[in-house]
Amino acid sequence: MSIDSQKMPNSPLALEFKSSTFSVPVLVLCSEDLVVIEQQLKEKISLAPEFFRNSPLVLDMQEINKHGYDIDIAALTDIIHKAGLLPIGIRGGNIQQNKQALELLIPVYSIHSSSVSTETQKQKTITPTPEPTADIDTDVTTSTLITQPIRSGQRIYATGDLVILAQVSAGAEIMSEGNIHVYNTLRGRALAGVQGNTEARIFCFDLQAELISIAGNYKVSEDLDETVRNKPVQIYLQDQALIIKDIVQHHKNHSRNIR
Amino acid sequence: MGLAKKGHKTAVIDFDVGLRNLDLIMGCERRVVYDFVNVINGEATLNQALIRDKNCNLLYILPASQTRDKDALSQEGVGKVLDELKKDFKYIVCDSPAGIEKGAHLAMYFADDAFVVTNPEVSSVRDSDRMLGILASKSRRAVDNEEPIKEYLLLTRYSPERVKLGEMLSVDDVQDILSLHLLGVIPESKSVLNASNSGTPVILDEKSDAGQAYADIVARYLGENRPHRFIDDKKGFFRNLFGSK
Repeated sequence: MSIDSQKMPNSPLALEFKSSTFSVPVLVLCSEDLVVIEQQLKEKISLAPEFFRNSPLVLDMQEINKHGYDIDIAALTDIIHKAGLLPIGIRGGNIQQNKQALELLIPVYSIHSSSVSTETQKQKTITPTPEPTADIDTDVTTSTLITQPIRSGQRIYATGDLVILAQVSAGAEIMSEGNIHVYNTLRGRALAGVQGNTEARIFCFDLQAELISIAGNYKVSEDLDETVRNKPVQIYLQDQALIIKDIVQHHKNHSRNIR
Repeated sequence: MGLAKKGHKTAVIDFDVGLRNLDLIMGCERRVVYDFVNVINGEATLNQALIRDKNCNLLYILPASQTRDKDALSQEGVGKVLDELKKDFKYIVCDSPAGIEKGAHLAMYFADDAFVVTNPEVSSVRDSDRMLGILASKSRRAVDNEEPIKEYLLLTRYSPERVKLGEMLSVDDVQDILSLHLLGVIPESKSVLNASNSGTPVILDEKSDAGQAYADIVARYLGENRPHRFIDDKKGFFRNLFGSK
């Protein structure tokens, strides 16, 4: 099970897919008149020639298609190239425009609005690839079950609930968008509801955690009350405050014997 | 050495390239001609590089190179050498350097069993835990989704007296943190230092407590059932036996 997210410095890995967000200027076209477009484009660029030099650009065809204009993508790209800009994508185009764009090696981006026809989405779209999380069930509806100890330095990320039957060592990090259950000693860092789910809870059999967090509200080991240490507890969020409570409140002596 | 004494043909490879000292401890540093890196680079054959132990003719040592660093090792090269050794030897012991860099990674990559040797100190135990995590995720068996490596714990330099004084983690503490099968405990002993200084493995010193502890460990690894020794305070034991005076 490959759950260690850190790379060995000399592993023979030649590449890696990562997702990244860029801020790219979008050119919203409102006219089908290429001459006017070229002229106005030149005027705009002359205002800040350095800023626009070789700048990537995404073409937005929504306005044009709304008015039912027709525009030749090849000719348009030509104008943009001449102006010193590099189109790297098109969005909101119709089937014909998208096809033309792909022929010119311009990727087609989908748009998350109702105006896009389903045909557009069928086209090969480029959406940011999520970083691969090895061996972890990515199905949101299911929970992740781990039976092996989570060692120091390992990181686990679960999109649903995370259930761990073994211990979580100091220096390990477990994260979940939902609840976290540790039916053993929790010594590492546990972060539940990492996508902001304030209803998420952490349950553990023996609380010795370095850090616990629910939806960004965290407590470090030092802030943990001595009365909740080494005990089976549940942790939840109430009015922006982390509440740590004994799970078995009536059997306090019993808790030490369970392990 | 223990395995070889039990009649199994054994090879030991020193993976600590650049910090060669296995040959020193085994008392064969004067006979090193070729080393592990030479074999990987094809400058010497395996038979030329393997050194037969003086004390036990079933034990062979493949020393590390002292003049190179760990980048001289390659995964394919190590795999090839191990494949070749596999034909001849029952057990191949890869002596991994401490740390988590390339030498250690290659030493563990092809392993079937792993012995985590740790001192009863907090930092040592934490590092072992990290190492176990890497074993569980970066080794060949983990990458190929095979049955995971069998992990064993060896606790060295253990001193029951100091545990009693609270200066040292106890066996239970360490097992609590690592939750690992304990193969054996080596007591803190002068004989270990003497043995490594003189280049005769401590297991040959059958009178010493450490030597006996290592013999126990080998026997346990081979499936014998031996009770753990050297965990309890010896003096305390006798004191209990004779009553308090």
